[in-house]
Amino acid sequence: MTPKQKQRFILVSLLVVGLSTGIGLVLMALNENINLFFTPSQVVAGEVPDNQRFRIGGMVTLDSVEKLDGELTVLFKLNDSVKEVQLKYAGILPDLFREGQGIVAEGKLNEEGVFIADQVLAKHDENYMPPEVEHALKVSGGDYHNNEAKE
Amino acid sequence: MIPELGHFALILALAVALVQAIIPGMGLLRRRADWMAIAKPAALIQFALVLLAYGILTYSFIVHDFSVLYVANTSNSELPLIYRISGVWGAHEGSLLLWVLILSAWTAILAMYSKHYPVDMGAGVISVLGFISIGFLLFSLFTSNPFIRLFPVPIDGGDLNPLLQDPVMAIHPPMLYMGYVGFAVPFAFAIVALVQGKLDTAWARWVRPWALTAWVCLTGGITLGSWWAYYELGWGGWWFWDPVENASFMPWLTGTALIHSLAVTEKRHALRNWTILLAIISFSLSLLGTFLVRSGVLTSVHAFASDPTRGIYVLAFLGLVVGISLSLFAFRAWQLRTLTPFSLISREMALLTNSVLLLVTMLTVLLGTLYPLILEALGGGKISVGPPYFSRVFIPLMIPVVFLVAIGSLIRWREDSLSTLIKQLRTPAILAIVFASVILLLLPGKASFTAWFALLLAFWVINSCFVQLQQRLRHSQGLLQGLRRTPRGWYGMILAHIGLGFTVIGIALSSVYSQEQDVHMVKGDTRTLGEYRFELVDVERITGPNYQADMGTIRIYKDEKELMTLHPEKRIYNVRKNVMTEAAIHSNLLRDLYVSLGEQRNANTGAWSVRLYYKPFILWIWLGGLFMVLGGLLAVTDKRYRLEVKQEKVKLDANHVTAS
Repeated sequence: MTPKQKQRFILVSLLVVGLSTGIGLVLMALNENINLFFTPSQVVAGEVPDNQRFRIGGMVTLDSVEKLDGELTVLFKLNDSVKEVQLKYAGILPDLFREGQGIVAEGKLNEEGVFIADQVLAKHDENYMPPEVEHALKVSGGDYHNNEAKE
Repeated sequence: MIPELGHFALILALAVALVQAIIPGMGLLRRRADWMAIAKPAALIQFALVLLAYGILTYSFIVHDFSVLYVANTSNSELPLIYRISGVWGAHEGSLLLWVLILSAWTAILAMYSKHYPVDMGAGVISVLGFISIGFLLFSLFTSNPFIRLFPVPIDGGDLNPLLQDPVMAIHPPMLYMGYVGFAVPFAFAIVALVQGKLDTAWARWVRPWALTAWVCLTGGITLGSWWAYYELGWGGWWFWDPVENASFMPWLTGTALIHSLAVTEKRHALRNWTILLAIISFSLSLLGTFLVRSGVLTSVHAFASDPTRGIYVLAFLGLVVGISLSLFAFRAWQLRTLTPFSLISREMALLTNSVLLLVTMLTVLLGTLYPLILEALGGGKISVGPPYFSRVFIPLMIPVVFLVAIGSLIRWREDSLSTLIKQLRTPAILAIVFASVILLLLPGKASFTAWFALLLAFWVINSCFVQLQQRLRHSQGLLQGLRRTPRGWYGMILAHIGLGFTVIGIALSSVYSQEQDVHMVKGDTRTLGEYRFELVDVERITGPNYQADMGTIRIYKDEKELMTLHPEKRIYNVRKNVMTEAAIHSNLLRDLYVSLGEQRNANTGAWSVRLYYKPFILWIWLGGLFMVLGGLLAVTDKRYRLEVKQEKVKLDANHVTAS
């Protein structure tokens, strides 16, 4: 091999090794860390595989927030204007969490069909709707789409 | 009337940008010196016009001109002056204007220095920057005009998002933007080199200070943003692998690769195509970052309400930039190929390996960030990629990078022998093992292999810096003389590498040894966290300038001795009624104590949810960032760049002016 070929060979093999390490790591990690997203309607319809971690998004139902006394646990419901799911969260809620606000929660369903959240996400901007929640409302045909459905 | 002037100035700036882009660009292709001469005045005039527009918008903020829609949305009569000035970039329209302002400012500075570059290079770079400016001015004027009027005029404005009412938040966005936009300059240089089909070592020397400046700003912006998130968001995290954070981190990764690859191109005339490619990628990622922030396509803590047409515009612009520059690269890169052989054991090889690793890391971050979008576009449903993905991929890729940092700055160019290298690195390696083990034993808490390994890597890098210092001084007469002779760029590198070591220490120790508790407390309750005992003494109502707050009083004891009293707050801002958590933090180099109020759980018992954190060594994360910034600044001001540019100028100007 000429020095030039040798150098090119080194470069190419470096890239190949680097990329394949990267791809390997990515595939391994992606496999375990993807969270599927479900709407309350899909959850109620039983579309979520058992014992699967997932994200749920919707609006916090009015008058559904209940703070248990003497501990951190909060109970509340999420809806996509069609179906509703009960959530339970033992932690500090984000500042922008309030009734009627769109939020996303991450966790698992327990046997009683209550979603045990270990993370609740609300956003910086009160006018902002997480894309997932917007999608959930659209899929369920709730809210503003109701009128169209009637016609 | 005055806001219309601003609008008009912006339209004029667009007209000037067209001239600045097209005429010198044509001049470059047709080799017409008179056309190229337009570049400098055009760049200066464009900057003056954008500055005028920006000044007028700032003026509208200062005098509370709520007839301007943007001012009415983002300001308020109660807002203090400093936040009225920083409020200009508090939302989309203004921050875009800031983008354009910084771009035109960089261009103007470059134009002022243009006599240090050959005429055609200077004109070409200004022309490319003009094209970028056209794209953003069009974007600003057609989709996000900050000067639109509002009628009827509201009595008061909607206020600046309280999260942004913070001194650090006032500097963070301009810093990041200076970094993002800064990469436009190396990009423009790369495009001109491709168009001309030639690239010499002088080229690398012109680009280096620009790339370094952009890198410094980006590093500073990311560090500040991370620090801000830590103390302001009230949940004690400093990095969330949020899409928008990733958007700033990706150009940082390739930018880091770029400044190192530029060093190889300058010193050894090698890796020229690689350097060009990194310059193109870094700027493209900066544009991608703007797209991700502005389009609202991803769930992100930064995703403010946004308009999809804006997203589409930026995406189209990004496509255009990437498409044109990569095709140019594909057609022209072969002309820049070089034969500068280097062996497997050489500095070139170490730097190349690290820049490949950084690029691969960037790709994994990119994939994790865009995967949800791609999958959704393919009809695969809605998913999100969690932070564990990023840590799982990022850490294994960073270990060899940090390991090679020590080697890359010590090994010789072209060829070195493995045995000398081992001999040089034996002492730092042994010392690293000793330091890491001793520190691990001194730390409270269970010994952790992760912490030990991270300490080992960090000290490996830091110790190797001292070996280099020793080597530098070996051949000089006196110590002082040797230190003085050493160029600033070298000190910059050492500082930045030590900073990397600090950041590694901070990340590892704070994540391994942190203790966190979210608890329910009434007055008089105490909780213990490690060696510290926290007592909730009181929560009382206070009134701030533009907010009401509940202020907690939390006393912290260690070994039954009172250590300090902290006052976390829960604020409600008067205008928008936003609730904000103001954490109270006591920091020192060894540990942070962090308390924040959650919410009132029961008005009768006065119970609150409270967050208590003990975070050892977390300050080192940002201390490392600070060192990297200082190192970068030292390197930028290395007089070598200025001196040699001047010498170069005499030689090249003579050639080029007559040639054209």
